[in-house]
Amino acid sequence: MSTTKKDKEPVFSLKNMRLLTSPFNLNNPITVLVLGICSALAVTVQMKPAIIMALSVTIVTAFSSLIISVLRNTIPPSIRIIVQLIVVASLVIIVDQVLKAYVYDVSKKLSIFVGLIITNCIIMGRLEAFAMQNKPIPSFIDGIGNGIGYGMILVVVAFFRELLGSGKLLGMSVIPHSFYEMGYRDNGMMILPPMALITIGVIIWVQRSRNKSLIEK
Amino acid sequence: MKALRKFLDKIKPGFSKGGMFSMFRSTFGAFETFLFVPNKVTHQGTHIHDAVDLKRTMSVVVIALLPSLIFGMWNVGRQYYTSIGEATDILKNLWFGFLKVMPIVIVSYVSGLTVEFIFAQIRKHEVNEGFLVTGMLIPLIMPVDIPLWIVAVSTIFAVIFGKEVFGGTGMNVFNPALLTRAFIFFAYPAQISGDTVWTYGLSQGSKVIDGFSGATPLANAASYTIDKIPDNFTLFLGNFPGSIGETSKLAILTGVAILLITGIANWRIMLSVILGGVCMTLIFNAFGANPYMRISPLTQILMGGFLFGAVFMATDPVTAAQTNTGQYIYGILIGMFAILIRVLNPAYPEGMMLSIILMNAFAPLIDHYVVRANIRRRLKRAAKVTVKS
Repeated sequence: MSTTKKDKEPVFSLKNMRLLTSPFNLNNPITVLVLGICSALAVTVQMKPAIIMALSVTIVTAFSSLIISVLRNTIPPSIRIIVQLIVVASLVIIVDQVLKAYVYDVSKKLSIFVGLIITNCIIMGRLEAFAMQNKPIPSFIDGIGNGIGYGMILVVVAFFRELLGSGKLLGMSVIPHSFYEMGYRDNGMMILPPMALITIGVIIWVQRSRNKSLIEK
Repeated sequence: MKALRKFLDKIKPGFSKGGMFSMFRSTFGAFETFLFVPNKVTHQGTHIHDAVDLKRTMSVVVIALLPSLIFGMWNVGRQYYTSIGEATDILKNLWFGFLKVMPIVIVSYVSGLTVEFIFAQIRKHEVNEGFLVTGMLIPLIMPVDIPLWIVAVSTIFAVIFGKEVFGGTGMNVFNPALLTRAFIFFAYPAQISGDTVWTYGLSQGSKVIDGFSGATPLANAASYTIDKIPDNFTLFLGNFPGSIGETSKLAILTGVAILLITGIANWRIMLSVILGGVCMTLIFNAFGANPYMRISPLTQILMGGFLFGAVFMATDPVTAAQTNTGQYIYGILIGMFAILIRVLNPAYPEGMMLSIILMNAFAPLIDHYVVRANIRRRLKRAAKVTVKS
């Protein structure tokens, strides 16, 4: 154990910061890895549920990564998925209960999708790919980074869907009444899931035309 | 004509590589090849060129659409003056319709072509005249009361997401004109369905004489008021409310004649769509569970946009099936689904639009299996021959 001092690196080291920020762009779970699409389509009709969902996923990803990383050397490989699931499921139940206690109306809107965080591929993906091989603190940071990377897309999609679909932002009308009198109408298709898919497609399009390295041959 | 050619030749160097306007090369190319058949010759291998190139093909289709457009204009005026109970004549009707329809045509062309030109410039592609037909089809499948900004927004949407993301003209999976209508149908349903949008002024609450409802035959059928559907002859002539270009079957058949004489349209698809529609109607007739199911095949086909879709939408060479057998399957399924959606789903009065878009998605699959079946059959034959020898 003489190497512990050498191995110890500061929490905000360059490597850790890269872990945090790479999911924002080049390793974004939704736009690059194409994970967690179904919840991104389902909860992005309005901004408020999207933000709550983003927070919940970030918390679950971060803490499950932390816990699994702490346990990683004691988990037998043959049952690791079960252990991971138990950890994730317990965290999701806690999040679900907190949401029900404090933001009941949003919790109702998110309905099944809070429970389905358990099956969100981002979480299991990060646990398998990162937390099982890395130390607790980098794993925690990686979890936060991926949660925010997922949440960012959710909020952007929800912003456009709520603005164009119902003329509101966070539940408040932002399009002036005079627009409606002039003949402007809200786009009903923005509320339907297909437009969420197209909005995500546009984000992927913009991202790939800025980062040519992401374009598959 | 010669002066035009001279003028083009004079300004051409400016647009070639290194010229002052080389940025707009594709724009210039588009106009030049639109006005004159390009004099390009292939240098390698043997090629057989048809004298009629893509742009000339598109022009013929636009000409075939003109009867529908002109009749549509007349009908717009005619419905309007009937609704307010004013005496009218052909010229008055035409002029009124012209004033109401032309803005939609212009908006559809300007917004669609702008997108096409922008993409062609960015990608340094040629501008293909695929939009020439689309831009004419869009106004013909709109109700006359549609707000112009909605036409612009949905045209831009359809051209970008129906066409440009797939790689432009010739690469699109879905028919852009139908996608425009489908987008409006889902995004702004109040502006494209109901009884009031099909006659000018009705949705703004203009005064209407008694007995004028503005409902289309399809709406009458869906609400089981079968006796309000005009008789087959009126349905054939097209003097009733509906989308601008769809009402007159006479005008559409004139277009069909032009397309078939010039050999541009595909009779297999048209025929099989109608066959499919008749088959499905006969099946429904056999059940006869409600008044809509008991409507005769002829009336079903004359109602709504069935014939317009069969002639101008289903036959789109890019989105339809390519193999001959595939075209029969594709057409029959379009006809069957159109009637199926119409009769069984009251939320979607016009099934033709949705059924063509649905089958557009399946056309490549149909082709794939037709080609595979052909390969298998020929392999079997080849195997037999080898065994004999």
